[in-house]
Amino acid sequence: MTRFAARRLLYALVVLWLVSTLVFVFLHVSPVPVERVIGGPRATADTLAQIRRNLGLDRPLPVQYWLFLGRLLHGDLGDSYINGTPVTTLIGDRLPTTLWLVSGAGVLWFAGGVGLGVLGAIRPRGVRDRAATVFALAGLSTPPFVVALALLQVFATRLGGAGVHLFEAGPPLQEHFLRRMVLPWIALAFLMLASYTRLTRSAMLDVLAEDYVRTARAKGLPERRVVLRHGLRPALAPVVTQFGVDLGALIGSTVVTEKVFGLQGVGQLVYRSITAGDTPVIIGVTLLVTFCVVAANLLVDIGYCVLDPRVRLA
Amino acid sequence: MSSYAEVETRELRKATGDAEAVEARSPFRLALRRFRRDRVAVAALAVLAAIAAFAALAPLWAHLTGHPYSATFPATGLDAGGQPRGPGGRFPLGADQLGRDVLVRAAYGARVSLAVGILAALLAALAGTAAGTLAGYAGGAVDTLIARLMDVTLALPYLLVAIMLATTFQVTSAAASLALTIAVIAFFSFAAFGRVVRGRVLALRRAEFIDAARALGATDARIMVADVLPNLVPQITVLTSLLIPASIVFEATLSFLGVGVRPPMPSWGSMLGEGGDAVQTAWWLLAVPGVLLLATTLSFNLLGDGVRDALDPRAARPADGGGGRP
Repeated sequence: MTRFAARRLLYALVVLWLVSTLVFVFLHVSPVPVERVIGGPRATADTLAQIRRNLGLDRPLPVQYWLFLGRLLHGDLGDSYINGTPVTTLIGDRLPTTLWLVSGAGVLWFAGGVGLGVLGAIRPRGVRDRAATVFALAGLSTPPFVVALALLQVFATRLGGAGVHLFEAGPPLQEHFLRRMVLPWIALAFLMLASYTRLTRSAMLDVLAEDYVRTARAKGLPERRVVLRHGLRPALAPVVTQFGVDLGALIGSTVVTEKVFGLQGVGQLVYRSITAGDTPVIIGVTLLVTFCVVAANLLVDIGYCVLDPRVRLA
Repeated sequence: MSSYAEVETRELRKATGDAEAVEARSPFRLALRRFRRDRVAVAALAVLAAIAAFAALAPLWAHLTGHPYSATFPATGLDAGGQPRGPGGRFPLGADQLGRDVLVRAAYGARVSLAVGILAALLAALAGTAAGTLAGYAGGAVDTLIARLMDVTLALPYLLVAIMLATTFQVTSAAASLALTIAVIAFFSFAAFGRVVRGRVLALRRAEFIDAARALGATDARIMVADVLPNLVPQITVLTSLLIPASIVFEATLSFLGVGVRPPMPSWGSMLGEGGDAVQTAWWLLAVPGVLLLATTLSFNLLGDGVRDALDPRAARPADGGGGRP
């Protein structure tokens, strides 16, 4: 077990290093001209060269990479090219918004997806099953921003006097927290609901066909207990796997939801940094997201063993 | 050369003395028959045909309304307060906030969505099949290399990297942005595709008919092309047909963020993105591209399900999870 964990950890570190190096090289080989962004359209060639010197961009790429790695090992992600703020501070300011967004939506889609999936699996091809399948397929087919925009259009103006302006930049997150978060939560959850419904349904169908489920029924357990204890618990294993992976991956993929609802999260931060050529911020966020994905995968492996006794035996 | 089925038919006809009594059906015709009976899939195909016709006739709509897709008509398309006019009159589906015809733009946008969706899916299928077959069949170091490469691709925060790629290659022409968008989508789809193919090839490799082919002296290349590939056709068809709607959503998302297909070429995603705040007051700016997008992707998904059921009637509904691409 320890050896397994150590190997996984090493693998995770290699992936992190690989991703950061890839992004670093890519951004330095064909960058957005950041000195243009800082200096403005009327800057002279001298000014542009000075800006590049100040940022250390005039040094050879291997030197820059060496300095970057050295800083990284000290937990320093560098400073933003645009406003000089440390990247860790920038990300730290934005991360809570994204975490709230993803975790709130996560609760919704997990509960909803598992619920719909179980309903479908209890009586496959029944009315409820068909309805859940169509609902799930609609979610799978809808681009993220369409749901978000539609929700805004229908509900935003009715959610208190502030209406759409509630979602514009400015006030801290605590202000009108629930009112501001409920639509983004629903929008994000609706997208993810589909795969969770499908996943739960097919996992439940597999498990309910197992011998021990028949045994449980034969010894006279009430159906509710058979479905929830003997059926749902092992069926949750693949769902939890996917949940962990999605939670990790979503940290960097909420750009669209954040943009539509004007939430100042990590997604908006990285989107602006990419268009402005703010390399340190882009690398910082990419590392954060990759770290989240890798960490989520690690946690998932442990959760798997707890949930599904069949894995522990194997 | 006559197949077993044909011989059997001839024998049966001889036996029954009725030339028309029995008809042999190839697997393809059986699948076609199953597909035709699937009302949902046929309806989805009809919707897609209608959307394709709508897209193909885009120049006709532009000609009939007299509104080229990138031309602005502030005088007729906007009201006195500068707000876009709704559906009706000279703008059947309304105008956008610059006074452009939403109907014409939606038709040209349909071309982009269909082209990107289908081409990106085909490209990803080609690359995924090649990588998956090679990895699964060759095994050893080649397999390890390709499989790890696909792992890393899947671990990348794809939306971030896609935005990065689209921003760094400073494309200005609409055609170049179209090609770049297709390439980016294909790149982020091929790994998931390749994984499935690889798994299937690994299982096939141990099959007896592969041993038989090798015993007959067939080369590896021949076995891969003549024996392995035909057995992958149902999986590849189903995966590709489900990859199309995913690619359409991907393109719409990139274009919505302004890093996909560049103006003046309209795309459903960029129509929604450019609509901006006006989308909140002018419902048709949201409804027209939104409904078209939903109808297209939903139809492709239903069609994909139908194709799967037709090709492999025994297959359970898939245990796929990673469909959600936010």
